[in-house]
Amino acid sequence: MSKIYLAGSGAISAIGNNVAETFKSLKESKSGVAPISILQTQHAKNIPAAEVKFTNTELAKIAGLNESISRTALLSMIAAQEALTDSTLSVNLDWRSGFVSANTVGGMDLTEHFMKEYLNDTSTGNLQQVVNHDCGAATEIVAKKLGIKNHVSTISTACSSSANAIMYAARLIKNDILDWAIAGGTDAMSAFTLNGFKALMILDENPCTPYDENRKGLNLGEGAGYVVLVSEKVAATLPKKMTVELSGYANANDAFHQTASSPEGKGNFLAMEAALKMSGLKTNEIDYINLHGTGTPNNDVSEGIAIMRLFGEHIPKSSSTKAFTGHTLAACGGIEAIISLLSIENKMLFPNLRLETPMKELSFSPITELQENVEIKNVLSNSFGFGGNCSSLIFSKV
Amino acid sequence: MEQLIETLKKQIVEQLNLQHIKPEDIGSDQPLFVDGLGLDSIDALELIVLLQQKYHIKLADPSEGPNVFKTVRSMAEFITNHKK
Amino acid sequence: MTTNTAITSWCLIRDNEIIYNNDLIFKNTDSSFLNFFKEAYESLNINYPKFFKMDNLCKTGFLAAEILLRDKGLKEKQTSKEIAILFSNANSSLDTDILYQESTKTIASPALFVYTLPNVLVGELCIRHQIKGENACFIFDNFDPDFHTNYIEMLLNTDKAKACISGWADFFNGKFEAFFYLVEGNNNTLPMHTSQNVLKLYKGYGTTN
Repeated sequence: MSKIYLAGSGAISAIGNNVAETFKSLKESKSGVAPISILQTQHAKNIPAAEVKFTNTELAKIAGLNESISRTALLSMIAAQEALTDSTLSVNLDWRSGFVSANTVGGMDLTEHFMKEYLNDTSTGNLQQVVNHDCGAATEIVAKKLGIKNHVSTISTACSSSANAIMYAARLIKNDILDWAIAGGTDAMSAFTLNGFKALMILDENPCTPYDENRKGLNLGEGAGYVVLVSEKVAATLPKKMTVELSGYANANDAFHQTASSPEGKGNFLAMEAALKMSGLKTNEIDYINLHGTGTPNNDVSEGIAIMRLFGEHIPKSSSTKAFTGHTLAACGGIEAIISLLSIENKMLFPNLRLETPMKELSFSPITELQENVEIKNVLSNSFGFGGNCSSLIFSKV
Repeated sequence: MEQLIETLKKQIVEQLNLQHIKPEDIGSDQPLFVDGLGLDSIDALELIVLLQQKYHIKLADPSEGPNVFKTVRSMAEFITNHKK
Repeated sequence: MTTNTAITSWCLIRDNEIIYNNDLIFKNTDSSFLNFFKEAYESLNINYPKFFKMDNLCKTGFLAAEILLRDKGLKEKQTSKEIAILFSNANSSLDTDILYQESTKTIASPALFVYTLPNVLVGELCIRHQIKGENACFIFDNFDPDFHTNYIEMLLNTDKAKACISGWADFFNGKFEAFFYLVEGNNNTLPMHTSQNVLKLYKGYGTTN
């Protein structure tokens, strides 16, 4: 079966409108968490979030789409287009191409706007706003604009969504169903999601502190992140040399609770273990773990314990970059794949911001300062979602 | 207090969608979580919503939860104390 | 298409009927879906109180999977991480999304919010049956037997799993249906795992070879 190379990447989040800006913010330890300014919500004063600092009108201009399109689709278009351009590939008859995109919120940002007006007076409300409500619509709009027809699918598995999208796209290529694919995910802020997370009492009312003993919860974020996966055959035809490959991946279920992780992080462990097995790497060959690290009391301890069990005495350096980007829900697997890529290509490890007190339960603690000139060969990236859905990806230097 | 306890039992069954349990089957001093009624963390959050909606009491710190929601009686006592 | 795998059981819930491996095992002509779920639960002697806390989509899928896996001895044949789940539907969690949205008018309900993701159904099945293998959730306009079949063949042929629970369940506006089937290693007396056979079973045409 073919190896899978990463030929391009595109990202938009609170820390940058493209990959170059994202890299700059990471290097300069510039977090995107701030008081809410774009989303219209009663909670704006009390809850910080990591928003993309553009209105839908501004995003639509950049995306080249109508501004009546949902924010989820607009973010997706911008990142997916950047990834495609970066790869230098074009959609044509030479290769079979696909678009595998994930999201959880669909067109909710517009629908909830419609609902507000409609509930007050059923003769008002613009029905155009609900036409693209479903998760699949966001994917199809972008696929159409990019011209991708061979394979288009939508995955929705909460916070592990875009990691699963990347896995699925890799399989399509390995099984000779596609030659290349854009894979990743997107999610936009919505009152629906914000209210929900608030009801679950897992939000931090201050900028989050992942893996800190005194962490209080997560900050919501938004954005999109896509990578272009190509087969060896396609890679051979590209002008630039491939530098990173997707060497391992796995998915498992924690089978414990709808929204909480098991105390020992069973599902987390199984996903990491299986991804390692697939890559053929030993635990001491992983140079860095991009943690799921949401900052909730529950996730960080479960993930930490699973890591201790798997890696034993030699635990690699690690950090949660959600202190930069917030928790971008379905997009996090895609955005963090790109952060892993940037780490390998630039020989840098990005810090876990705002960590002051290491967790007592763990024998390790993430790095808190930027590290440069570090030889990084293999990166493990974790994404664990509601419904017990746990995914791990391994990226390796070619 | 007894009247409040009986009302609470009905409200708990409704709020938590306990379709298989009758209010009168819940013991006033029966542990609500883990053993006893077997409620979980999401149910605890719903009970916080119940306090707010029906009794206008806000429980901002979820760590107070285990004590307040230990039994129906402890809930009733908490409500009575906060209404004063 | 490999012939190493077979459909070893299936369960179809449609038009207020539950059909398991060609047999009608429950029917309720009462039009209320709430009564259908409650009575099916009782009639089939399911003992799992958490069922009542689930949202309607989860109840639909849970019932189908419960019947599908009953007496299969699946966990005796494979370990928990060798069993995979593939789920898809059209309406995602929309029915519950609407109920949750209503609740935000006063106070957002955490119990409803938990179910505003379609893959939580998969999570519920994993918790119930202690399944820890790979699990995926896709959204399509209609049930796609080609997609399911290809995906499951990929999983089983590359040893990612030894058995796969494949399901389609949808609930919206009081209308519901579920089609769950189990794919395992071949036994020559059972229908082969092919897209054609899956489609026939989904349509309710019963056993085929």
